[in-house]
Amino acid sequence: MASIYADHAATTPLDPSVAEVMYEEMISNPGNPSSIHSFGRSARKTVDEARRQAASSIGAVPENIIFTSGGTEADNLAVAGFAKANEARGRHIITTKIEHHAVLHPAEALEALGFDVDYIDVDESGIVSVKDIEAALREDTILVTVMHGNNETGALQPIAEIGALLQEHQAAFHTDAVQTFGLLDLNVDELKVDMLTASAHKIYGPKGAGFLYVRNHIQLEPALRGGEQERRRRAGTENVAQLAGVSKALKLADTHKNERYEMLADRSAQFVQALMEKDITFQLNGPQHERLPHIVNVSFQGVSVEPLLVNLDLAGIAVSSGSACTAGSVEPSHVLKAMYGDDKRIYSSVRFSFGRDTTAEEIDQIAESLERVLQRMAKKA
Amino acid sequence: MIYLDNSATTQPFSEVLQTFQDASMQYFGNPSSLHSAGMNAEQLLTKARTATAKLFSIDPKEVVYTSGGTEGNNLAIKGTALEHVSRGRHLITSQVEHPSVLEAFEQLENAGFEVTYLPVDASGRVSPKEVQHSLRKDTTLVSIMHVNNEIGTVQPVEEIADILQHVPHTYFHVDHVQGVGKVSLDFAHPGIDLCTVSGHKVHAVKGTGFLYVRQGVSLSPLFHGGKQEQSLRSGTENVPGIAALAKALRMSLERSDELDRLEGLKRRLMFAFQEMPGAVVNTPDDASAPHIFNVAFPGVKPEVVIQSLAKKGIHVSTKSACASKLQQASPVLLALGRDVETATSAIRVSLCFDTTEEEIDQLLKALHECLPEFLEVMGAKNA
Ligand SMILES: Cc1ncc(COP(=O)(O)O)c(C=O)c1O
Ligand SMILES: Cc1ncc(COP(=O)(O)O)c(C=O)c1O
Repeated sequence: MASIYADHAATTPLDPSVAEVMYEEMISNPGNPSSIHSFGRSARKTVDEARRQAASSIGAVPENIIFTSGGTEADNLAVAGFAKANEARGRHIITTKIEHHAVLHPAEALEALGFDVDYIDVDESGIVSVKDIEAALREDTILVTVMHGNNETGALQPIAEIGALLQEHQAAFHTDAVQTFGLLDLNVDELKVDMLTASAHKIYGPKGAGFLYVRNHIQLEPALRGGEQERRRRAGTENVAQLAGVSKALKLADTHKNERYEMLADRSAQFVQALMEKDITFQLNGPQHERLPHIVNVSFQGVSVEPLLVNLDLAGIAVSSGSACTAGSVEPSHVLKAMYGDDKRIYSSVRFSFGRDTTAEEIDQIAESLERVLQRMAKKA
Repeated sequence: MIYLDNSATTQPFSEVLQTFQDASMQYFGNPSSLHSAGMNAEQLLTKARTATAKLFSIDPKEVVYTSGGTEGNNLAIKGTALEHVSRGRHLITSQVEHPSVLEAFEQLENAGFEVTYLPVDASGRVSPKEVQHSLRKDTTLVSIMHVNNEIGTVQPVEEIADILQHVPHTYFHVDHVQGVGKVSLDFAHPGIDLCTVSGHKVHAVKGTGFLYVRQGVSLSPLFHGGKQEQSLRSGTENVPGIAALAKALRMSLERSDELDRLEGLKRRLMFAFQEMPGAVVNTPDDASAPHIFNVAFPGVKPEVVIQSLAKKGIHVSTKSACASKLQQASPVLLALGRDVETATSAIRVSLCFDTTEEEIDQLLKALHECLPEFLEVMGAKNA
């Protein structure tokens, strides 16, 4: 087991107090929130409380939150569910080349159904330009989906600007905020988004839980049918204990948001500084400034990434290449490809992502191990 | 506190909660990550999958984890219909399915599919012959539940599977959500292609379940993304929930020797109400699950009975939890041929392995106390 976990963008450990709350809920309350007996009513209260928390965390009202089994389901609902319900208004969709697969793959599935999807390029820092989105807009564009913070490079996208651009257009605007949620102050009105995706397991909450924010007038075709839950937009017995956990995780994220942001930015800066001091040759993948505080993606020239990851793991350090969500694959990242084409650097990139428990000592240890491993690998080569 | 609404949801076993806690804290990695934290989680996932597959004598590759019964049913039905649309647009189900089945079919009807909703007899049973007669060249899917969630009727799914086994272009899906652990089902029957299981009905945690997908059956996924679960169900796996599910299933199946006792308790309820004036027992005498009992008191509002029982600390329900907010007649009871009065006045008592004889006695006592009064009020009105 790795003793230093630096893969928080893949998933975060469950907060012990969140585990506690979930356990309590499961022990004390077997109810199904749809049942009218008192157990059911108490379960309903837990669900309502989670909905309030989720709404207030993004400046929304509770009615606009649809709980899902995670970010992937929420993204699919926003992209495929929206497109299918709004086909009559047009079949053109705009997204970017750097989205998570939970957006890209449903978009591809829509293409197979006859939708027309534009995948907009990004610049070398991994940021999409508002002008390019504007240029791609057509009369029959029904949906624009652009992620908020990229999970591989940490690049922040100009969501509020795109939102402003779309005010005058029929297209609805969705953002996948899985990586920024809980770290940045999010407000759906300021971002001018119609839909927003969040996932709990990236903020020390439970796996298999997330939500989609959906503005009032937006119509969706549900993927899961068969019950009155979530205003008929997502059937299935609510996961009450998990939602109690989500509430707690949201509260924790909220209370410490600003300090955590500063602390993570410090750790990332310290890490980059340490690499420079050790004379390690590296290239930073992603923007200098418009970025998430906890993700540092670097390429080590001429180093193949698999043995590097294995060696780091043996040294007790858990990091990843690209996105964990590409189930076990070490294919070159589609995000880096969009930024750099087929440049060598995309084959030697590692993503370090820090968390609230990452200490300054751990940063030093990571840098030291990295130096040793790279030296050893260079000798062998 | 006497909880008799176990068909709506069950209390997780305490050992299951322990497994969930331990897995949450010790195996928190993302199974798709290549480092040890990820691989440890991946190993736990594999272990759970293997153990679960073994319980049902199926291959681990045939287990597709979902967020529960609703997702399992939607994936099985829409996934099959859409994937095989080039072969036909005709589908068969019954009139007494759970809403997560019926509404999935409705959605397909809106998309241009043709659906045959088979009727049932007075005990809620579908006839295998009728399934056979409804089959067409362009029928791609038959979906019949195993145990009815409102009245407990066991459908002849293995007989239907015997028929469909010889119809290669028609897949067979079974909603086994209420049956698992209570009425055994041979998953490995060559006629069964898809089978839905939900965790929270068998003392696992909510938001867990799996869809059995026979090897060689292809489905179109509901969610696309990171290609987890052989691309059939993308999304970061709920590893602690999955580990807890494996434990709950094992514990439930290990208690199968207690099913006779449950059957006995259900019989007690049947006898008690069969003779009672004003009561209509909806659960059939033969071939019904041991844990579900449904009775109607025509003319009496079921909420009144439920509230009156709740005051005594006894919790039962009306219809299925998923529909209980709609104050309408139960479509299941109407399909049985019951009148609207009966179909709007049913209560469901559902047991679990921990239900005791004393609890059933207390329920009977409480009902005997409150019912005459309610029935009288009604009688007065009718006069
Ligand atoms: C940006 C982004 N979107 C979506 C997801 C998918 O979320 P989940 O793992 O909850 O399905 C992830 C993480 O895996 C992500 O990083
Ligand atoms: C027969 C049947 N099928 C499906 C479901 C849906 O399962 P879940 O609550 O896990 O979504 C239920 C329970 O509500 C059920 O009783």
